[in-house]
Amino acid sequence: MSDTGQNVGIVIVSHSPMVAEGTAQMVRQMVGGEVPLAWCGGDLDGGLGTSVEAISNAINSVWSEAGVAVLVDLGGAETNSEMAIEFMGAPKRDTIVICNAPIVEGAVMAATEASGGASLGEVVATAQELSPL
Amino acid sequence: MLEKDDMVDLIRACAAVIEAHADELTELDSAIGDGDHGYNMKRGFEALRADADVISDKPLPDALTAAGMKLVMTVGGASGPLFGTFLMSFGKELNSGMDTAGIASAFAKATDAVAARGKSHAGQKTMLDVLYPVSKALTDGISGRAIGDVAEAAAEATIPIVATRGRASFLGERSAGHMDPGSRSSALLVRSVTDWLERRA
Repeated sequence: MSDTGQNVGIVIVSHSPMVAEGTAQMVRQMVGGEVPLAWCGGDLDGGLGTSVEAISNAINSVWSEAGVAVLVDLGGAETNSEMAIEFMGAPKRDTIVICNAPIVEGAVMAATEASGGASLGEVVATAQELSPL
Repeated sequence: MLEKDDMVDLIRACAAVIEAHADELTELDSAIGDGDHGYNMKRGFEALRADADVISDKPLPDALTAAGMKLVMTVGGASGPLFGTFLMSFGKELNSGMDTAGIASAFAKATDAVAARGKSHAGQKTMLDVLYPVSKALTDGISGRAIGDVAEAAAEATIPIVATRGRASFLGERSAGHMDPGSRSSALLVRSVTDWLERRA
């Protein structure tokens, strides 16, 4: 259990704002409003891509001491999320973890786990159970 | 030592080269990647050029770090953190010395930082296949135009490689026969810097 009294936050990062928003919508409908949830997608010009600044803002908007699990789609989304987390500095950056999991299923599973008050480690592990070994 | 005007001029030279080759980079990336490399790099270097004055007010190591941060924040694809990490690490390492040996050592450490950021190594058809040969040439004491030649030859040498990292790795064998876009942009930038240094000398 999370001992901070707050639920772990979930951040969804896709190259496409529509994929990110749609994934967030699925999480909200399937899991409800108990989990701090944010999404971002698209580059600075509104094209497909990701932005470190947008990722940082999304993480900050749902961060608590319980931590944040980040779900990403492809390549640059992961690299840019890693960069955003690094820029948070210690000790905050140690409370934010990128899940090695498919973005939609991972987000729903992570949020489901988080909504029950699970710790960040449990939330991440649950999402990652979906990944092929 | 680079003066402020030199740094502004160098940033403009690099931005101009990326702009001139943006379509070519995008074409290379369309063949084996997701087709955004040219646009992304162009956006990053335009942002860098717009900030050239502020960035160049700083001493060289800090200017490189600021330039790297700018690329991270504006490029939008994986190349932002990769090129940005290179410049940030290069800048940081230059604080330990800016003589020939210091530059070679900083370049080597910055290349390792890119490898760590991309969880990659040489031979996977990535920008590392240009950075490592350039790093070795610098360590061997090669300088000037010859460094640009090493970079261009290394980029050409990525053509037959089957990609095992990055988006191109999804294509497997079909990635062979195309130059790696990140290697091309790395070589273009190395060439811009060496040409610029020659013009200035």
